[in-house]
Amino acid sequence: MANPTAELVFNIDDLPVPFKPGQTILEAAKAAGVFIPHLCHHPDLRPHGGCKLCTVVVNGRTHAACTFKAAAGQEVDIDTPELNAMRRSLVQLLFIEGNHFCPTCEKTGNCELQALGYEYEMLSPHFAEFYPADREVDASHPDVLIDRNRCIMCERCVRASQDIDKKNVFGIAGRGGKAKLVINSPTGKLVDSDFAVTDKAAAICPVGAIIVKRFGYATPIGERAYDSHPIGDEANVCEITESAK
Amino acid sequence: MASFEPAVEPILAKFRHDPTNLLQILRETQDAIDWISPETQTFIASRLNIPRTQVEALTQFYAHLYDHNRGRYRILFSDNITDRMAGSVALFDRLRAFWGVAPGETSSDGLVSIDMTPCTGLCDHGAALLVNNIAIGRLDNERIDRIARLIMARKPLAEWPAELFAIDDNIRRKVTLLGTPYVPGSALDAAIRLGRSGIFDEIKSSRLRGRGGAGFPTPTKIEGARNAAGKDKYVVCNADEGEPGTFKDRVLLTSFLPRVLEGMAITGFAAGATKGFVYLRGEYQYLRPHVQRTIDEMRAGGLLGVSIRGAPGFDFDIQIHMGAGAYICGEGTAQVNSLEGKVGRPRVKPPSMVIRGYKGMPTIVDNVETLAHLTEIALEGGASFARRGTRASTGTKMLSVSGDCARPGIYEYEFGVTIRQVLADSGAVAPIAVQVGGASGVLITPDEFSRKIAFEDVSTAGAFMIFGPDRDLFDVARNFAHFFAHESCGFCTPCRVGTTVQKNLMDKIAEGRGSRYEVNDLMRLADFMRKTSHCGLGETAGNAVRDTWMKFRPAFERRLVPYDFAPEVDLDKALEPTRQAAHRDDAAAHIVGEN
Repeated sequence: MANPTAELVFNIDDLPVPFKPGQTILEAAKAAGVFIPHLCHHPDLRPHGGCKLCTVVVNGRTHAACTFKAAAGQEVDIDTPELNAMRRSLVQLLFIEGNHFCPTCEKTGNCELQALGYEYEMLSPHFAEFYPADREVDASHPDVLIDRNRCIMCERCVRASQDIDKKNVFGIAGRGGKAKLVINSPTGKLVDSDFAVTDKAAAICPVGAIIVKRFGYATPIGERAYDSHPIGDEANVCEITESAK
Repeated sequence: MASFEPAVEPILAKFRHDPTNLLQILRETQDAIDWISPETQTFIASRLNIPRTQVEALTQFYAHLYDHNRGRYRILFSDNITDRMAGSVALFDRLRAFWGVAPGETSSDGLVSIDMTPCTGLCDHGAALLVNNIAIGRLDNERIDRIARLIMARKPLAEWPAELFAIDDNIRRKVTLLGTPYVPGSALDAAIRLGRSGIFDEIKSSRLRGRGGAGFPTPTKIEGARNAAGKDKYVVCNADEGEPGTFKDRVLLTSFLPRVLEGMAITGFAAGATKGFVYLRGEYQYLRPHVQRTIDEMRAGGLLGVSIRGAPGFDFDIQIHMGAGAYICGEGTAQVNSLEGKVGRPRVKPPSMVIRGYKGMPTIVDNVETLAHLTEIALEGGASFARRGTRASTGTKMLSVSGDCARPGIYEYEFGVTIRQVLADSGAVAPIAVQVGGASGVLITPDEFSRKIAFEDVSTAGAFMIFGPDRDLFDVARNFAHFFAHESCGFCTPCRVGTTVQKNLMDKIAEGRGSRYEVNDLMRLADFMRKTSHCGLGETAGNAVRDTWMKFRPAFERRLVPYDFAPEVDLDKALEPTRQAAHRDDAAAHIVGEN
C-alpha cells in the first residue's frame, strides 16, 4: 500500500468519517465537523473520560468517545434517541449535584453545561436536588473567584494547571459524592497558591466555578455564545471559554 | 517545630521520602498520632515535595484515614446486611450510649468515635467491628460492654484480651485446594522442573480463570505480561477482599498463605516478573504481621528472593501494601493507582494492566484464590486440574456462606455445584433468596436454586448470603444502595451522582413516601449507570435494586403510596431545623397528615 492512512475510515451514524491513527473517536469526529457533546474534554488537555457526556455506542457497546480510539470499520452511533436521553440525564445529574443558579450566574449564555441542557431539551432537573451546603466559595484571590457550588468535577482546571501552567494549583479530594475542588496552598485558599489570572486554568472552566473578577456581564445576556448558536455549532465548537476570557 | 514532627519524621525516613509510599506513610502516621491534621498534611507534602492537594486527596479518599480528630479509639462497626441480621444496629447504639455520641462523632473527652463501615469480611462471625482497624467478631451485649470498659480504662489495644480478637477459619467443606496437605516449596520445585515455558503450558491447559468474579482467563494475563515490553514486571496479589459477603481470601491468607505466595512466584516465573505486592485490605490489618512473617520465613528458606530453590535466574520477592478502606481498590487499575500512592481511581482502558500497569510496567493483578490454585496446577498438571469443575469453569471454587444458615463458613466445591446443594450443606431452612456475588452480584430466588455456580451460569467471587423466610429483601437492596453511594470513587458522573440518587430514592421509599414514580426512576437509573459508568462499580450498582424489584416486588409495593406521585418535600421534616432552633417539639410544631 502506497498510502495506508488514506484508507482509514470509520462510520458515524452510518456516514463514513476518515481518521488518523491514534485519534480518538471524538477527535476524528470533530475534525470531520461532527459534534460529540462533552464537558471534561478540552482539545488542549489530555483526555479524562469522567463526565461521560461523550458516551457513544461503538459496535454495539457504550464507550467514552474522548478516550476510545477510532479504528477502521467501526460503527459508531452518536445521535440516537437513547443516547440523547442518557445525555439529558447526565446533564440533569450534574445540575442537581451542585447549586446552579443560571439566571444570575456570570457564565450564563457562555456555560457549556447550560448549553447542553438546551441542546438535550432539559425542561426540569427531574431528580431531587441535593442542595449541598458544604460547597465553599473562595473569593480570597484578587483576580479570580472560585464558586464550588457550580463545580462539576470535570478537572479541566486541574489538568490545565498541571500540564500547561506547570503549577498544580488544583486537585480533587473526597470520594464519591463528597468529591470537591481543593487548592494547593497551606490554607487551602486560592490567594495563598501560586495561581495567576493569566494561567490557562483561569479560563478553561466550562461552567461558572472559576470566574475572573471585574469583567462581570461585560457582554450582555442575550448576546453570548450560546444565546445565538447552539453548542456544537461551527461558531462555537468548544473554545468558547477562550472568548469569555 | 510542630508537636507531630518527631512522630512523622521517622515514618517518612522509613519510606525513603518516596511519594509512591504516600498511602503507607499516611496510614502509619495515623497509627502513630491518631489523625492527620491539615498541618500534618502540609508538613508531609513539603517533606515529600509533592502538591499538598495530593496528600489532601488521599486523606479524604480512603475511609480509614481521618483529617479530623476521631479519638484515640476509632470504632467502625461492619455494616453488611449480614451484620444487621446479627443485630449490629442495636449493638452500635449500645456502644454509642456509653458516651452519648452520634455516629461518627468524637466523644467530648477525645477518647472515642463510633461509626459504620462497609463489610469487614467477618460475615461468618456474627456482628463485627474494627477498633483502630483491628477486627473483633461475634459481638454481643457482653462483648460490647467489655469493649466499653477497656476503652474507658484507656487500656492500650495491645493489652486487650487476645480472645476478643480471635478469628476462626470456619472451613466446612474441603475438596482439593483446602483438602490436600501442602508441603511448602513443593509447587515451586514442580514449576522449576517444568521450566518457564513448561509451567506456562500447564497453566494454559488448566484453563484457570480468575476467582475475583470476572473470570478472566489467567493464562491470557500471564502471556500478555510475558510478551509485553518492560524492564520490570509485577505480580499483584489482590487481597482487597471488599465485596460484601466475601471472606474466603481471609481464610486463604490465614491458613494457606504459602500456597498464595508461591502462586505469585510461579506467576512471576512464567511471566518473567520479579517483583510482587500483596495488596492487603485495611480491614485485614490484623493479618499483616502473619503475612510479613511468612514472607520473611520464605525468603530465609530460599522460597523467595534470588535464585529461588537454587534455580538460577528465578528471582522473585514480595512486599505488602496496605489498603485503607476503599472498595474500589479491588478493581485492578484502581488497585495499581493505589499501589503508586494515589487515590484508587480506575484508569482508562485500554491499555490493560498487563501492558501498562504499576509504574507503567506490565502488571498481573490476580485474586488470592486464583494464585493459590496455581500451586495445584504446578503439582498435578493442567490437564488433571481441568478435569474438575465444568468445561468452561475448571477446578474448585471457595464460597463464603453467611446469613440464615446453621453452618456459615467456607465451602469448597467443584464448579458446577447447584445453589440448592450449597443451601442444603450449610443448613439453610426454607430460604427465600440468596445473594450470590455480593452487592454487585445477583439475587437468586427459590425457582432458580437449581442454577449452578460457574462462570457460564451464576458467576461469583464467592459471596453467598442466605436470606430466611422472615427477611425483608427491600432492606437488603437498600443496604447495598447505601454501600455503593459510600464507595463510588467520584470519577465519573453517572456513578458519582447516580449512586447517591439511588440511595435517596430507596430512602424515600423506606420512609413510606415513594410511589411508582420513584420505582420507575430507579429502574431507569440502574440501566443508565450500567451503560455509562466508567468501571464495574457503577455498572453493577443498580443490580440489587433492580433484581429486588423484579423478583420481590411485594417487598417494594407494600411501602409505596397509592398515588402516581409523592412530593419530594416532607413538610414536617422540613420544619425540623426550625423546631430545633426554637427548642420545640410539641404537637403544634408538627404538620400531621398528608403533605
